[in-house]
This record gives sequence, structure tokens and C-alpha cells, in this order.
Amino acid sequence: MKKTSADVLPVEGVYGDEPLLAVDDLHVEFRTRAGIVRAVNGVSYTVNPGETLAVLGESGSGKSVTAQAIMGILDMPPAHIPHGEIRFKGTDLLKLSEEARTQVRGQRIAMIFQDALSALNPVFTVGWQISEMFRVHRGMSKADAMKKAVELMDRVRIPAARQRVNDYPHQFSGGMRQRIMIAMSIALDPEVLIADEPTTALDVTVQAQIMDLLADLQRESQMGLILITHDLGVVADVADKIAVMYAGRIVERASVHDIYRAPAHPYTKGLLESIPRVDLKGQDLYAIKGLPPNLLELPTGCAFHPRCPYRQDNCVTDVPPLYQISGTRGSACHYWREVLDGER
Amino acid sequence: MVNGDRILEVRDLVKHFPLTQGILFKRQIGAIKAVDGVSFDLHKGETLGIVGESGCGKSTLAKVLMALERPTSGSVLINGRDIGRAKGAELKRMRRNIQMVMQDPYTSLNPRMTVGDIVGEPFEIHTEVAPKGDRRKKVQELLDVVGLNPDHINRYPHQFSGGQRQRIGIARGLALQPEIIVCDEPVSALDVSIQAQVINLLERLQNEFDLAYIFIAHDLSVVRHISDRVGVMYLGKFVELGKDTEIYDKPAHPYTQALLSAVPVPDPEGREQRERIILQGDPPSPANPPSGCRFRTRCWKAQEICAEEEPLLQIRPGTGHESACHFAETHDVVHIG
Ligand SMILES: Nc1ncnc2c1ncn2[C@@H]1O[C@H](COP(=O)(O)OP(=O)(O)OP(=O)(O)O)[C@@H](O)[C@H]1O
Ligand SMILES: Nc1ncnc2c1ncn2[C@@H]1O[C@H](COP(=O)(O)OP(=O)(O)OP(=O)(O)O)[C@@H](O)[C@H]1O
Ligand code: SF4
Ligand SMILES: [Mg+2]
Ligand SMILES: [Mg+2]
Repeated sequence: MKKTSADVLPVEGVYGDEPLLAVDDLHVEFRTRAGIVRAVNGVSYTVNPGETLAVLGESGSGKSVTAQAIMGILDMPPAHIPHGEIRFKGTDLLKLSEEARTQVRGQRIAMIFQDALSALNPVFTVGWQISEMFRVHRGMSKADAMKKAVELMDRVRIPAARQRVNDYPHQFSGGMRQRIMIAMSIALDPEVLIADEPTTALDVTVQAQIMDLLADLQRESQMGLILITHDLGVVADVADKIAVMYAGRIVERASVHDIYRAPAHPYTKGLLESIPRVDLKGQDLYAIKGLPPNLLELPTGCAFHPRCPYRQDNCVTDVPPLYQISGTRGSACHYWREVLDGER
Repeated sequence: MVNGDRILEVRDLVKHFPLTQGILFKRQIGAIKAVDGVSFDLHKGETLGIVGESGCGKSTLAKVLMALERPTSGSVLINGRDIGRAKGAELKRMRRNIQMVMQDPYTSLNPRMTVGDIVGEPFEIHTEVAPKGDRRKKVQELLDVVGLNPDHINRYPHQFSGGQRQRIGIARGLALQPEIIVCDEPVSALDVSIQAQVINLLERLQNEFDLAYIFIAHDLSVVRHISDRVGVMYLGKFVELGKDTEIYDKPAHPYTQALLSAVPVPDPEGREQRERIILQGDPPSPANPPSGCRFRTRCWKAQEICAEEEPLLQIRPGTGHESACHFAETHDVVHIG
């Protein structure tokens, strides 16, 4: 490939012991008329080349906002980042100029959006939209960029790509549009790909195609993948490690095998137990009681305490830190030992 | 349960939507065959789950059952009477008996009506069920039944969470004491931690009121949990119909096998070894379905006969339940949760 602007990006390849991407004690708040929405309250996670981190959690727990902060696409204001770092190969992206940031966004860290189906522009052909990546960021000619677009459509397995490159988004099915979004996100060979609920709107058969495709692409390019999802099945299928979010915090962090074998936070445990199982047919499902928290008025102490079967008095007053259980495991529950032992 | 009273008999049900061209002078150039020959029975107190890919006709089927759409042909008998042909007072009476819970708790409730008005609205239409003086009390009872605070009767939908709004929809569905409730994706818009609450509620109400459910959902493990029988739809037709254990443990149709194998298993152990059938391509358009077997364009078993002859939904050699495949063969794909 010809020499590209990627070679002169501000973030260099030598980064020692630093992970590929590290979110470190990130805080994001929205100052709204109704009050301060503390959407992200000290989130830390890392991802390395070739690794898949799954970010799991309740709706509104801050998964997408964290991703938007990494991409640098939050509207500020109303968003503010009062504290935290986002280090890409050791460089804090939050300290970069907007110009330098632009060099990273979409090129070295790319994102597939939650509402991908509406993210495509209906008035341009898909070929034009994909090739735009090459025209704008790589300075390619129209014809060359279009050729690359066809290649990419092939790569994401759109049948008869050459014939379909001049079709408009509405002429494709939901699954195909999602593949086109993936094509655009991997166009510039990013080192980190953030996929925000990439298959939520899709059928299981199409979901299987897309997850299969993402796994192949990752194998080929060794990109780090951050997969945001609420599907415990998808996580079990593809993740190496998991961060579980609740009310803007990480409440549990673990390898995929550890967490499914024995969760260490009551929320994770509740989620896993509420999955229907064949041997429980005809019985009530386990259900986490109560309602998701209101971010404008977070509960005191542990934000999960109003719904928690393990709660003791100190849960109402003391915010649990992310207790280190082992090298790779952490739980933000005062009673993680009891949870881990399966006592209730 | 399965051998109990039949309260719903669906026979050769067809719903086509005309495809037109031209703005001023519309002419019909074809039809979208959304539902194209569906037959099944539903018994008192039973749950029939319906699964299948987006666009295969599940919601259209639901709407025809509810007489929100008129069938193109075929019949929907509720306690022996055809709702598809009923009119006026008779249609109104029949509708009391079949109610619906919709997918989207955010848009399916009128934001300007109080919860009391929403849940009590069916009484306005069917005044005979609850005389005016009784309504408020009736509505509060309903709120209590679905686990909402009866004192919240004057609140508006936006003051409730998604799961609570779905409960409001369920309370409204129960108002006329129907025998059948059609649930079209009743939990898919809800948070995972809330879904189990709503499913438990639906099961509890079923036992309490001996309700029959048509339960449409894309989450196959939820469908298995709640259903006595399951129908698998593809392009407007049932390709397989049987007891939950037959469909999930002994699927006979290749499409069912592919569908089940695509469901991610919530257990990472042994994930590398799992058998997975990845279907190629997308389902064909319902305006122009393939000849013979509609699944043949994506089927790895297809032979010449599949293009020539339509496989009927019937019990086939070696299988104990109905399937629509010339080469039906039971195969335990995966055990999903
Ligand atoms: N521009 C904004 N102004 C105010 N609040 C916002 C804004 N954007 C997001 N929020 C709030 O921040 C919180 C976190 O939102 P986020 O989108 O990250 O949730 P999520 O975990 O991705 O949820 P989901 O699973 O539903 O996608 C939510 O409560 C949301 O309402
Ligand atoms: N009013 C209508 N006019 C024309 N076509 C329609 C109409 N309603 C539905 N269709 C078409 O009929 C087919 C079946 O749609 P339907 O909504 O029943 O599918 P579904 O199985 O419920 O899908 P989903 O899982 O996405 O809800 C689709 O091709 C749809 O586009
Ligand atoms: S800290 Fe307390 S309230 Fe929070 S999850 Fe643990 S036991 Fe429950
Ligand atoms: Mg989100
Ligand atoms: Mg539908």
C-alpha cells in the first residue's frame, strides 16, 4: 500500500507496557436543565491487539457515552469530562488538539454505531459513502477509491459487490446495511474497533453472519475490539474479557470464563440467573427486582443497593471500590466473597 | 393442555398486500405475500410461540387474528365463529375475546391519556363489561393484578419505566377478560433485568385466568420457556410446528436447525467446538417467493424436487411432528438455554 497519512499520526507505535487502549478513571457528566446527569463515574478498562472486550450492562449505564468519549464525538457542552484519561498507545487522547484527534478518529480508532441503519446517508450510493473514506483520508482519486469500495464490500461479503456499489442504502436489507457500516469502519485498517450493539436490530441468523465476519476481520488484522452489547449469549460466544456496567460504573471485571462460572457481583449474578433454562421450564424466572436507577438521583452508597439481595447496612452509605479479587478480576461489591461463594 | 378445548382454529390463512405502481393511476403489479397459507389450532390455556426472521409475516399474522387486517382468504375461527368475516356488533363481541400486547411500550401508549384512561378505554367501547360507576375500581384492580400501584391511576405514561409501561399495556389487554392474548414481541424493548419480571407476570396471569397466548418473539430461549408448542415461520408459511421439546430438541426442518444453531449460547465453555450453521444471503422477497420450497435458495439440502414441488406441512417419516421439508430429518443441533 502507498504511504498514507497514518504514518505521520501523532500517536506513535512504541508504547512499552501500556495497553493498546486504556480508559482510566473516566468521568462524563451532562449538565442539563434538570440537573447534572452523571453518566460515567470513574470507568476504567483496557483492550489489547487481537483482544475482544465485551462491555455489558443495563440500558443507560454509560456504555455508549464511554465509547463516544473515546471517539471524541461527545458534544461538549452539554457533556463535560471533569476527570480521567483515555490513552491510546500511551498518549492521552483527551490532551490532544482537535486536529490531532481527527487523525485518530475513524482512522486508528473506528466505531460501528448502535443505530447504524440510520447512520447511512439515504441520498448517496453506498459505494460513494464507502469510497469517501479513501478520498478524504487517503487522498485517492474517485476511480481508485471506488475500486477500494468494491473490494471492501467483497470483504464484508456483500454478494455481487461490483453490481451493487451504485445502489442506495434503502435497496439493501438491514443485515447488508450493517455490513456496509462495518465496511466503512474497517476501511482505514483501524487498530481499535468499537462496535456498539452491532447486531441488536438484526435477526439471529444475520447476527451470526455479522459476528462471524467481525471475528474473521479481527483475526486478519489483529485489531482490538470493544463490543458493547446486552446479549449474554453473544458475549459468551466471542469475548475474551468482560466489563459489566451499572449506573455509570464498572461493577465487575473478569475473563469470560470466570464470570460465567461464578459471577462476583450481585447484578451480574442476577443477569445470568434470569436467563431462561430448560430445566427451569414451568417455574418463575429469576428476576432482579426493582427498577434501573435514575442518574439524576443516584442511590447513595452502592448504586445497586435498592435492588440487591446481598445488601447490608454499609451498602447504603459506603460506595464500594472495585475490589481486586485476582490479577484480572474485580468486583465493586462489599460482599463479593459471599456472591462468589453462591451464598444468599 | 394441548388436548383441551380448541378456542382458535386458523385454516389456510392468507394475507397479501397489493404492490402498486404509479402515483395518479395506481395499478397493481403484484402482491407481498406476507402470510401465505397458515393453519394451526390454539387450545384453552395454551401458549403457542411463533418464531422466524424479520419480515416473515409474524406481525401480519397477529393483525389478521385480531381482525385489524382482513384476510385475503382463509379463516380464523374463534370458538367456532369466523372473526375475519364478522361485522358490526358480532365483530365487536368477538374482539372482546382476543386482545393484544404490543412490542413497544414507549410508543404504543397515548402520552396524553392517564393510565386510568388507557387501561379503562376498552370499557368505553364495551360498556356492558363495567358500568360507569364501577370503572375506576375495575381499573385499580387491573393495575394491582399486573403489579402496579393502584394509586398511580392518574399518572401519565412518561412517569413510568419501560417495564411498567409494558405492564400498563398488559392490564389494558386483560380489561375485557379475553380468552386469547396475542403478544407481539412483548419484552424485546425492555432491559434484560426487567424482561424476566414481565415474563413471570404473563405466566402468572395465564394460570390465574386460564388465558391462551400467541407469543411472538425473536428470543428463542424466552419462547422455549413460555411456550407449549412452537411454530417456525419462513416467508409467510409455517415450516415446522410441534411441541416445544420437539422443535428445540428434535428440529426436522433445515431452517429451524439453522435458526437454533445461530442462537448464541450463554456459556463460554466449549464454544470453539459448537456446531453452527451459518446461512448465506438474505431471505428472498415475499413479493416473489421461490417456487416449490421457499427455503430452497438458502438450503444446503436442496435437490431438484425442492424447486418443483412445494413440501406441505405434515408429519414426516422418522419425525413425530409436522414439518415442511422433502428431506426432513430430526437433528439435535444445540441445546439452547
Ligand atoms: N446529551 C445528553 N444529555 C443528557 N444526558 C445524556 C446525553 N447523552 C446521554 N445521556 C445520558 O447518559 C446516560 C448513559 O447513556 P448511554 O447512551 O451511555 O447508555 P448505554 O449504556 O449505552 O445504554 P443503552 O444500552 O440503552 O444503549 C443515559 O442515562 C443517558 O440518558
Ligand atoms: N401494510 C402493509 N403493506 C404492505 N406490505 C406490508 C404491510 N405490512 C407488512 N408488510 C410486509 O409484509 C411482510 C411481513 O411483515 P411483518 O411485519 O408481518 O413481519 P414480521 O415477521 O412481524 O417482522 P419483524 O420480526 O421485523 O417484526 C414484510 O415484507 C412487510 O414489509
Ligand atoms: S455492595 Fe451491597 S448493595 Fe451493592 S451489590 Fe454488593 S451487596 Fe449488593
Ligand atoms: Mg448505548
Ligand atoms: Mg413484527
